[in-house]
Amino acid sequence: MGNMGKLKHWLAANKAAQGGLLAAFILVTAGAVYGMDKSVVAFLLLLASLLLLYFTSFSNKIKWMAAGLLLIIIIPFATSGGSSYEAYMEVASQCGIYVAMALGLNIVVGFAGLLDMGFVAFFAVGAYTYGIFATGQANNFISGDMFPLSGGYFWIFILLGGFMAGIFGILLGLPVLRVKGDYLAIVTLGFGEIIRIIFNNLEKPVNITNGAMGLSSIQPPNLFGFQFTFPHQFYFIVLLILGVVIFAVRRLEYSRLGRSWKAVRENEIAAQSMGIPLIRTKLTAFAIGASFSGMMGVVFAAKQTFIDPTSFTLIESTTILVMVVLGGMGSVPGVILGASLVTILNLQVLTELTNWLNQLSSRGVIQVPDALSPSKMQRLIFGLILILVAVFRPNGLIRAKNRKVQLDQTDRSVKPNPISGQASGASSVNE
Amino acid sequence: MISSILQTLPQVLIDGLALGAIYAVVALGYTMVYGILELINFAHGEIFMTGAFVGTTVLFMFQSFGWLGGLPAWFSYLLIILIAMMVTGSLGVGIERVAYRPLRKAPKLISLISAFGVSFVLQDVVRFIAQLKTGNYIVTSDSLFSGRMTLDTSAISSVFGNASIKANTIIILIVAVLLMAGLDIFVNRTKWGVAMRAVAQDRETASLMSINVNKIVVLTFFIGSALGGATGVLFAQQYGTIDPYIGFILGMKAFTAAVLGGIGNIRGAMFGGIVIGILEMFASSNLGILTHGSFGAEYKDVFAFMILIIVLIFKPEGLFGRAVKEKV
Repeated sequence: MGNMGKLKHWLAANKAAQGGLLAAFILVTAGAVYGMDKSVVAFLLLLASLLLLYFTSFSNKIKWMAAGLLLIIIIPFATSGGSSYEAYMEVASQCGIYVAMALGLNIVVGFAGLLDMGFVAFFAVGAYTYGIFATGQANNFISGDMFPLSGGYFWIFILLGGFMAGIFGILLGLPVLRVKGDYLAIVTLGFGEIIRIIFNNLEKPVNITNGAMGLSSIQPPNLFGFQFTFPHQFYFIVLLILGVVIFAVRRLEYSRLGRSWKAVRENEIAAQSMGIPLIRTKLTAFAIGASFSGMMGVVFAAKQTFIDPTSFTLIESTTILVMVVLGGMGSVPGVILGASLVTILNLQVLTELTNWLNQLSSRGVIQVPDALSPSKMQRLIFGLILILVAVFRPNGLIRAKNRKVQLDQTDRSVKPNPISGQASGASSVNE
Repeated sequence: MISSILQTLPQVLIDGLALGAIYAVVALGYTMVYGILELINFAHGEIFMTGAFVGTTVLFMFQSFGWLGGLPAWFSYLLIILIAMMVTGSLGVGIERVAYRPLRKAPKLISLISAFGVSFVLQDVVRFIAQLKTGNYIVTSDSLFSGRMTLDTSAISSVFGNASIKANTIIILIVAVLLMAGLDIFVNRTKWGVAMRAVAQDRETASLMSINVNKIVVLTFFIGSALGGATGVLFAQQYGTIDPYIGFILGMKAFTAAVLGGIGNIRGAMFGGIVIGILEMFASSNLGILTHGSFGAEYKDVFAFMILIIVLIFKPEGLFGRAVKEKV
């Protein structure tokens, strides 16, 4: 305690100080990113300012405006200084894609309490929906030589990919009506594998997915003649969709549907006897979660211009699950944090560490065997995160909070019901 | 079409039986843990894989010491299996202690997630070790029994072709039957077995009857994992090539077998394993013929997962299990 405690107290009370410190932090880190040629640390600190912003005590409106300012203007501008502009923007867009997917899975796992181990299948459905029609591939089963579609169709395909993934979500959801708990995890895992095997082999009798060869030279998006090719251009598309997704998730969480999801998660039978339609509630969770993933699948296909079944394996499904569990199941800010952390860990920290070790061993300082290179340790790290989080922090980094409801809105003098206060504290995921 | 299917049928049945025996023993591990803790031990497939690697390592060590020539082959086989069983059994106990016991009172979702974590850690750790030692994580092991003989099935009727059977296949069948019979006797006839069944029935009441529940759980994990490890050795001997990722898909199929027979039911797991093994072999050799080449053997895994999903949807209690009433 002592001085640190006093400082904390003073900061918590003083909004101007918070704002000033945050602004200074952003200025310094943004300047560092702009000025230095490639500094991963500075870039990470700049991103961390979003997290700091979350912990300030400003009103939500101000926080959102500041976050928008950071994401739309400051980050793209700060990174544009050096030669590694595209590399930074690539990381940022991947981050956005994963955040949207993790938010989708969070609806299924976090809100509705249905463990889905095959979530990447929906991402694949979205990616292939665009990939098949934006290459010549569709000519194999639709006569008339109309394909590839031009990049202008990309914008329609975002919706279409989401819609297709939603349909697959409902298809996968159908077994849910009979199966729950651990069994559900296995069924979804099996479903994900089936989808992958089918995409991997659907080159005969009719060549639809081009099998293990994958689809290449997918048309880039096109808006009134403007071609999107570079990561910094995709960054804005990702940001736009992510904005829509976050808005939708926040509205859904406290809607009638969102409350039904949570009720089903806490106690299915009690929820049912309170008149919540079990089938519809679970199926909508699957469909909405899947459609977010499908939309980002379309963006992914357009950004990479190449997709093949190796991008949609079980490790990808687990990656998204790790994001949700690490951040905190059911907590929207937590999931955003978890997804960003895991993506940055994968794309920046592990690769940088590997490069550094490789340099050391090429200079002959130390010998690091190839088997131990950090970028190959993904599974080990994910596995450890899963175990450690499950054992020590089952609620994740930012635990989910239920919004407190003032029972008697007219009479302010009445204190909140102690029972409802307790219930909001115990918001862990129960079966 | 029918005639070519019949021609290969004896071979398919024999290969299917060997594969099915492996599935059956692995399925026992799932069933035992589920029966006692109601937890699906996802890491079980990886324990099987570790067993395969431990067995192969021991075999290589024997080779480098030059012991293989001196000892009779059956004795070194037995020794390898026993060592693998000890290692994987202890591994199973360790996993229970670190990743499952702290979560016994936590929501099921959480323990499931930690089980997935364990399985990933095991895959990568084995990969590290294998890659460090051999430079490649795909390891090819020598077979102790490489003999082969022909079964004259065409003598029964000319519609069948001849089948060839490896000496290894016979050993797999014998060892699998011994393991299963041993487990069956252990669970049904011994005092420890009675205690295990009591804990599976009701953990709290069993603890009131002066049964040390933790000890029984540890024992269950040890036996289940040791069985898995032994099967890993059998698998490595039969198929020759192993890699750190074989456990996942094989574990899924063994789990399918356990569910098909009714999870928690030991005899059901054996039956389910044999059925899945034979069906899979049948599918992989005949899917191409049945669909005129549109779909080939690459869809055999889809087959297993389809069975899993269909069983879970229409008969989640399995063929031999009893439906459990839901507790409110």
